[in-house]
Amino acid sequence: MTQLQVTDSANLGNTAETNTGGDWRKYFGFSTDHKVIGIQYLVTTFVFYLIGGALAAAVRTELATPDSDFVSRELYNSFFTIHATIMIFLWIVPAGTGGFGNYLIPLMIGAKDMAFPKLNAVAFWMIPPGGILLLSSFFVGAAGSGWTSYPPLSLINGQAGEFIWILSVLLLGTSSILGAVNFLVTLLKMRLPGMGLHQMPLFCWAMLSVSALVLVSTPVLAGALILLSFDLVAGTAFFNPTGGGDPVVYQHMFWFYSHPAVYIMILPMFGMISDILPVHARKPIFGYRAIAYSSLAISFLGLIVWAHHMFTSGTPAWLRMFFMIATMVIAIPTGIKVFSWLATIWGGKLDLNSAMLFGMGFVSMFVIGGLSGIMLASVPVDIHVHDTYFVVAHLHYVLFGGSVFGLYAGLYHWFPKMTGRMVNETWGRIHFALTLIGFNLCFLPMHKLGLEGMPRRVAEYDPKFAGLNLMATVGAYILAVSTIPFVINAVWSWMYGPKASANPWKALTLEWMTSSPPPVENFHEEPILWTGPYDYGIDFEEEGEEKSVEELLAEVKVDVG
Amino acid sequence: MQIPTIDESKTALNYHGAAEAASHHEAHPDHRIFGIIVFLVAEGMIFLGLFAAYLTFRAVAPVWPPEGTPERELLLPGINTAILIASSFVIHKGDTAVKNNNVASLRTWFLITAIMGAIFLAGQVYEYSHLEFGLKTNLYASTFYVLTGFHGMHVCFGILLILGVLWRSLKQGHYSSKNHFGVEAAEVYWHFVDIVWIVLFLLLYIL
Ligand SMILES: [Cu+2]
Repeated sequence: MTQLQVTDSANLGNTAETNTGGDWRKYFGFSTDHKVIGIQYLVTTFVFYLIGGALAAAVRTELATPDSDFVSRELYNSFFTIHATIMIFLWIVPAGTGGFGNYLIPLMIGAKDMAFPKLNAVAFWMIPPGGILLLSSFFVGAAGSGWTSYPPLSLINGQAGEFIWILSVLLLGTSSILGAVNFLVTLLKMRLPGMGLHQMPLFCWAMLSVSALVLVSTPVLAGALILLSFDLVAGTAFFNPTGGGDPVVYQHMFWFYSHPAVYIMILPMFGMISDILPVHARKPIFGYRAIAYSSLAISFLGLIVWAHHMFTSGTPAWLRMFFMIATMVIAIPTGIKVFSWLATIWGGKLDLNSAMLFGMGFVSMFVIGGLSGIMLASVPVDIHVHDTYFVVAHLHYVLFGGSVFGLYAGLYHWFPKMTGRMVNETWGRIHFALTLIGFNLCFLPMHKLGLEGMPRRVAEYDPKFAGLNLMATVGAYILAVSTIPFVINAVWSWMYGPKASANPWKALTLEWMTSSPPPVENFHEEPILWTGPYDYGIDFEEEGEEKSVEELLAEVKVDVG
Repeated sequence: MQIPTIDESKTALNYHGAAEAASHHEAHPDHRIFGIIVFLVAEGMIFLGLFAAYLTFRAVAPVWPPEGTPERELLLPGINTAILIASSFVIHKGDTAVKNNNVASLRTWFLITAIMGAIFLAGQVYEYSHLEFGLKTNLYASTFYVLTGFHGMHVCFGILLILGVLWRSLKQGHYSSKNHFGVEAAEVYWHFVDIVWIVLFLLLYIL
């Protein structure tokens, strides 16, 4: 069936009149258009990413030499604490869910907007104040007990900074919950007539799983932080052992959110990759249902493994056994995804553009992070490397090699749709090469450092670790430099890049069936579901015949009848 | 050719007619009640998290409540609980009334619900002022105040919602049997607050 021709001609007739695009001021106001909000999320969070990155560069500068010679130890603690908080709560979570979720979900399911557009705007406008609040805490001595904020340390480490940290995270968490309500209702109730759950693109499945996870887990973090703030401000002793409290209860509540949080940070990228790889490999996705259901499985299993972060917190042996096994079980749905992606690109006609390169980078880097994850899940190994750089290496392979590579892949893939312009591929590839090299140079050595016993979160270290640390610092600088071509490329292409057609990748999902950028309310005419989202290469384009829409419709009716 | 996504009812000709009819007035059907229920799942998880914390504190402690915690009066909280549970039935009467287009009766029932909520809160404040332990006395006292206080905040918010509905119902024709989202939202929220209290009451007073 000649899907592409049909949808092109049926839906793009009046591109010029509605595609005004131009007014940039809407991005600075209270817009209820999900596409504007999505871009607001992406740009805002990217700015925070740069700030968080600058903090990481400062941390690596301190660690370039064994002595504490760049900043004070207290400031170093604040740097890595705020670095992690920004990267998690102000970059990966809001960019993956808020940014891409908002931009793509209504387009992919053929809706005009989200279910609750105003609520959506409110959720976004909690992000900038949350971020500014967090950064402002540097004026009073920012929180320095790590992003985990474990009591009793967080209770004795500078009250004002810690309190601001709590407020900021509560605000950002609320934003995330409101976003999830919107996603869930939109996905379940606003799909195009005729689109069942199993005709949704896999990104939508991922977002369904993420939203459920956010709704169930984030509130528990809020509960923990409420109790923590009472300890901090009112002098209660929920988590303070000197007053009869129990710090381990905080750890349970914290990780009940923060383990699922790693899936909140990776599942949207799983979804994006599942949508990007088939397009640029020109092959149907391998195992649609397997990928869709494994997202749900991950989100369920993700809720019952949190205590693997607490193997050294006095957790009883039988409980550690349970959490170890449950954690390892997650490797199964994750492995299913990885094999599906590999099978998807296997034998495909790969177009190695920036989006595809980052997509493949995502899969390979994430596998390394996944493997070290299985090692950490095993209790004996974990006890040995707990709180060492091995953990730092693992989490960065998952969150940077995974999530950030995935975000870049998504940015390159949907850039033409969002801006109506093509991005420069050469500079995109240079960006990819620099990112891949810098990333591995920075984080690969940390595995060895961790196995040799270098503790994390300490400004000084044994001089015998100096060589590998210098290497990591050089890698971090390359990573910092790597963002420059990206920023210049993105800004330049957005303003002057060649105009993008409606469907530059010849993709089959609905967001490509409208103009680039799409008009307000998305589709010039109600979109029609002609094809599954991944039917690439199936009976593709019959040569040399042009049929009118009516003829094709008649043909479809015969097929169905 | 794979055609799982196409069937008769969805092909363009039938579909467009329906879509046009629907898009004339409202963009899409009203999903707000569903949204509120989804949001209340999240709200419920905050309480579940706090309950779990309470139960863990309790399980780990050698004696619970810790030694020296003064005995608590059960009569007042018992009456309070009965009032709150009863108010759930009262508010439902209001909902039924609006579905029968009887706005006057909706107002009466909602006003009674708000008064019952206020009595509950007053009872709570009275209990606070007569308890022999304070926020920082011990772990039990702290959890007691934070849990009941957090729930009390929700009762406050619920009363505000009900008053909001009352205010809006003064406008002629604002609520009708067809159009009563606010009424339903307030009712669902009130039931939620009620159910949370029942669990809370069992945990803190009975068990
Ligand atoms: Cu975990």
